[in-house]
Amino acid sequence: MKAPRFSYVRAESLEQVFELLKQYGEDARILAGGQSLIPTLNMRLSQPAILIDINRLDMLKGISAGDGAVRIGALARHAEVAESPVIAARLPLIAAAMPHVAHVAVRNRGTFGGSVALADPAAEMPACVLALGGTLVVAGARGRREIAAEDFFRGLYETAREPDEILVEVRVPTEAPGTVSVFLELAQRHGDFAIAGLACHARIEGDTVADARLVYFASEDRPRLAKGAMAALAGKAWNDGTRAAVIGALTDDLDPMTNLDGGAAMKLHLQRVLTGRALDAAVAQARAA
Amino acid sequence: MTMNTEDTAEITCTVNGERVTRTVRVRQHLVDFLRGELQLTGSHLGCEHGICGACSVRVGGVVVRGCLMLAVQADGAEIVTIEGLTDSEEVADLQENFVARNALQCGFCTPGMLMTAAELLASGRPASREQIREFLSGNFCRCTGYHAIVDAVEATLRQRLEG
Amino acid sequence: MATKEDLIRLERPNSYIGRNLTRSRARRAVAGRGQYTDDVLMPRTAHAAFVRSPYAKARIMRIDTAAAKEQPGVLLVMTGAELAERCTEPWVGTLTCFDGMKSAPQYPMAVDLAVWHGEPVVMVVAETRAEAEDACELVEIEWEPLPPVAEKETALRPGGPVVHPAIADNLAFRKTIDTGKVDEAFANADIVIEETFEFGRHTAVSLEPRALLADYDKGTQRLTIWTSSQCPHMIQAVFARTLGVPEHNVRIVAPDVGGSFGLKIHTFGDEVAATAAAMALGRPVKFIADRLESFVSDIHARENRVKGRIALSKEGVIQAVDIDVLSGAGAYSQYPRTSVFEANQILNITAGPYNHKEYRARATVVYMNKVPTSQYRAVGHPIGNSVGEALVDLAAEAVGQDPVEFRRRNVIPDEAFPTTIAAGIKLQDMSHTACIDELMKRMDYDALRAEQAVLRRQGIHRGIGIAAFIKGTAPGPSGYYGIGGAPIASQDACTIKLEPSGGVLCMVGVTDQGQGVDTVMGQIAANALGVSMESIRVISGDTDAVPYGGGTYASRATAIGGEATYQAALALRAEILVLAGVLLQAEPATLDIVDGIVVDAGTETPRIPLSEIGRIGHFQVAELPNDVKPVLSATRRFRLTDDLYIFTNGIHGAYLEVDPDTGFIKLLKHWVVEDCGRVINPMLADEQVRGGCVQGLGGALYEHCIYDDAAQLQNGTLADYRVPMAFEMPDIEVAHVQNPTTISDLGAKGVGESGTGAAPAVVMNAVNDALRPFKARVTCQPMTPEAVLRALGKV
Repeated sequence: MKAPRFSYVRAESLEQVFELLKQYGEDARILAGGQSLIPTLNMRLSQPAILIDINRLDMLKGISAGDGAVRIGALARHAEVAESPVIAARLPLIAAAMPHVAHVAVRNRGTFGGSVALADPAAEMPACVLALGGTLVVAGARGRREIAAEDFFRGLYETAREPDEILVEVRVPTEAPGTVSVFLELAQRHGDFAIAGLACHARIEGDTVADARLVYFASEDRPRLAKGAMAALAGKAWNDGTRAAVIGALTDDLDPMTNLDGGAAMKLHLQRVLTGRALDAAVAQARAA
Repeated sequence: MTMNTEDTAEITCTVNGERVTRTVRVRQHLVDFLRGELQLTGSHLGCEHGICGACSVRVGGVVVRGCLMLAVQADGAEIVTIEGLTDSEEVADLQENFVARNALQCGFCTPGMLMTAAELLASGRPASREQIREFLSGNFCRCTGYHAIVDAVEATLRQRLEG
Repeated sequence: MATKEDLIRLERPNSYIGRNLTRSRARRAVAGRGQYTDDVLMPRTAHAAFVRSPYAKARIMRIDTAAAKEQPGVLLVMTGAELAERCTEPWVGTLTCFDGMKSAPQYPMAVDLAVWHGEPVVMVVAETRAEAEDACELVEIEWEPLPPVAEKETALRPGGPVVHPAIADNLAFRKTIDTGKVDEAFANADIVIEETFEFGRHTAVSLEPRALLADYDKGTQRLTIWTSSQCPHMIQAVFARTLGVPEHNVRIVAPDVGGSFGLKIHTFGDEVAATAAAMALGRPVKFIADRLESFVSDIHARENRVKGRIALSKEGVIQAVDIDVLSGAGAYSQYPRTSVFEANQILNITAGPYNHKEYRARATVVYMNKVPTSQYRAVGHPIGNSVGEALVDLAAEAVGQDPVEFRRRNVIPDEAFPTTIAAGIKLQDMSHTACIDELMKRMDYDALRAEQAVLRRQGIHRGIGIAAFIKGTAPGPSGYYGIGGAPIASQDACTIKLEPSGGVLCMVGVTDQGQGVDTVMGQIAANALGVSMESIRVISGDTDAVPYGGGTYASRATAIGGEATYQAALALRAEILVLAGVLLQAEPATLDIVDGIVVDAGTETPRIPLSEIGRIGHFQVAELPNDVKPVLSATRRFRLTDDLYIFTNGIHGAYLEVDPDTGFIKLLKHWVVEDCGRVINPMLADEQVRGGCVQGLGGALYEHCIYDDAAQLQNGTLADYRVPMAFEMPDIEVAHVQNPTTISDLGAKGVGESGTGAAPAVVMNAVNDALRPFKARVTCQPMTPEAVLRALGKV
């Protein structure tokens, strides 16, 4: 199980990356943490002409807080995000999700940007970025673009990033005072990709859910913002009736796919169970605050 | 710019405290380099897709999957393998506890398990059995059932904290 | 034979028997200095990779290797047909002891018909493995895909696809055990319970994959193979015969073995191919199976559907058990051990702890276009125990008895042994009642039941499981490998020698894969001889060094190899005492050996150290009378004579929590009380049980080789085939009831599979105990969340 031949460039500037992406297009792969790319190379599932190693590009590193948002550099390692006081204070949803991401050795090397750019439908970070209404910043020879998370995830490993672009950073609005976050996932073993999952960010006033963003992952081809369920929740007291309405709305919101973990019916069932649990937890959190 | 459309590249890195310069195939992963070129055979390959943890090595001070990093990426890096970890005696107590508690059988997972556990010990924080299990959850052991491994790590942590 | 005094020495308080010694191999492994097959370096080693069939069944119309041969680094490209020409005759995986068994002839690589997804078809040997894989991609094969046999349930259907034209009915084997009055017992029973159980395919997933390095020296005609094997002599015999090399010219070395679990007691075509390549090239050739090819070429196991019935009196006495097993083998019966042992063992052991007189067990083994199946840790036992113990739980429930109380009343009582169980097997030295008593104490069973009841009222659904078992260990020659015709020794041997220094070399036919066989053999020899462990070196895993033996499988190493070692050491001891008697002018019977010194028996007054015996016996032989001819070496072999197996028994307990909304199962605690007879090294025995349990738990909860309708393996990666990892596994408490077997002097029964054999059964029972309030029942393994939710009617 040895990787096929490819060329390798250790990029020393973004301009160089842009140039190579322009030249090689889809035959190039960006090598960030490599925790998803290298397995596919070792298994010969992917045979790129060239790997563009961005690990030495300092401008892609770091986590910083700014005007109402946190900037997470594409090369921030999962371990850095997990340990970051900025993330813990300003993006509790991501902090809560991080322990579910793989295992220590993978978190030490895998990158936040890589996870978001790959858009694995069972990955945690794309769901969190979407739940928090983040913005993806991509860049290429043609310039920089900012893409709202809602427009970024387009399908199975499909995103709005063009082949000649690279994700450079993710900007996530700081979670506002008075909001709560709950992250739940079901994985058969700790650190596995989930078989169902929910990233929930809500503003709860008293017993009323003023508004909430519910993002479901691992059950279909991309993280899904459940607009019907969110509408059923907005401005409602969290009670049995609301619970039924929200859970009912998921039938239309979600389009679960059968895979080796189980059938579509099981996935929908599990997402419904997580919904109830997440909102129970959110309301409890809001009360405790 | 390190542009390499050749099959090989020259790298210089520090492995277990020794500076080494070698020409590597750019497609070669780090553990094939360590095992094949440097004959440091303590790092093992159990899956080569990042699941089993047998290949765990320390790069730049943290434990990583050696099969999910290319050797060419290690240019300039500080690498520690089980051989180096042993020579430094950093986890001599843990190794002693592994032997005493029989926390290994075939031993194939053991170097990776120790590399991972070393990071937990280095943090200096106490950990419950459940937290130890969580920390080691990316390292597959088919022989022991993990109980003895958790015992050995727990004993080492306790000895260090009481130290 | 051991004398009464010898046996007393086994029990001495400071004896090496029953002591927790650490393993020297462990000390080496923690330093990263283990030496596994892939760590063995030979100059000019070439590397093999294989093109494998992408189809479950397809005819090979044409193979074009021209482009592959032109690739950089490529040394050899060999097709299945080319390899067949280098082999003597194809393998046929049958044993004569299995009446009517059929299997198709098998070449090491497919010749004109590929019959499973993953079967090797073409070998490429190159300077590096990467280059060999590059060239594999350029081998062009024109295939004619054919409809495969994908399901065991339809395999026997007339007119359906067949795996091999020569076996038109896809039937490998049928067997029935029938006590004769089963129908009558069911007709007269007060209560009859039926259930059908499904067991998914598993594979061993040793962390070190299969590995081989072959080197052929044309000058001496010596073939040396380093390979990760449990059975060096079997590999020697099979490879010699297959490749036409005289057996005595073949040397097999098993260096450190990175896990085996039965996987590495088999012979594999790709390994023969790599060896043939070494002979063709005159260069060492290494083949290390990668994880992807391991999933489609290592043996699989456990795929069975079992219909079971149990008949009861209203008082709760088991009257009869009836099972019907449909066992899904692969495309060939695995040579030389066959693919029918699993079904055979299910028949032998199901409901084996119990006292019913009527038993019928039928097995049908069918071929499918899947990876061949064969022996994997605790062959058949996880299935037989799951079925038997689930039926027993259902029976207890039906008569309103606690499952422990029901078992107490129905197991064969300890004092009734030896006896013949309903399956027709004679068992002795069993301790069901004692094990139940010990388990109850360890679990604090009543308190656990009380806690369960309290939590249930709070909506927390915990389950308590109990599963008793018997386990066939250490098979004898009258059963299978001996009488069946396979080149596998069911006896084993030890050669022990006193060296001039007084050190002792102990060469054993059994092998060490990390269980601690070397340490345990050392403990046995040290005890029997009366020397320190430090003065003994145990050598295993090299056919040039050790006496002929079967190796390590079926929990036989300590039971068979240990007894051989014990007897060899006693024989050497006797010779040393005779020699000492000559030198000391004393009767040997008045002497003893303690800590490496010949002493006066009783007073332990030192007389002469073994280093002196060694020195005189090897160098200063002129000091001896002419008629004294020291050998200072003894070889002893041991085998079972009348018995099929040495049986062990035991009982597991499990405590877990089921989330009825998600179907997730959380394991909380696991207990095992087992009787492996005399325990040589309690720590090593415990760890065998713990590791074995987790292997069983993996199968119960996660592991499953999933095939689609086209018989393609769907989850052949370690990401998708889920093995148990640390976080989900429970702490496991182990205890032993020691009832030494009367079959040997040493009294060890074997311990390596007692965890695996019943762990799935106890977890299934615990899950169903948790689900009892919902009147739901899971009857398939692995018990995935979806399976639990389906049982609950939620999906």
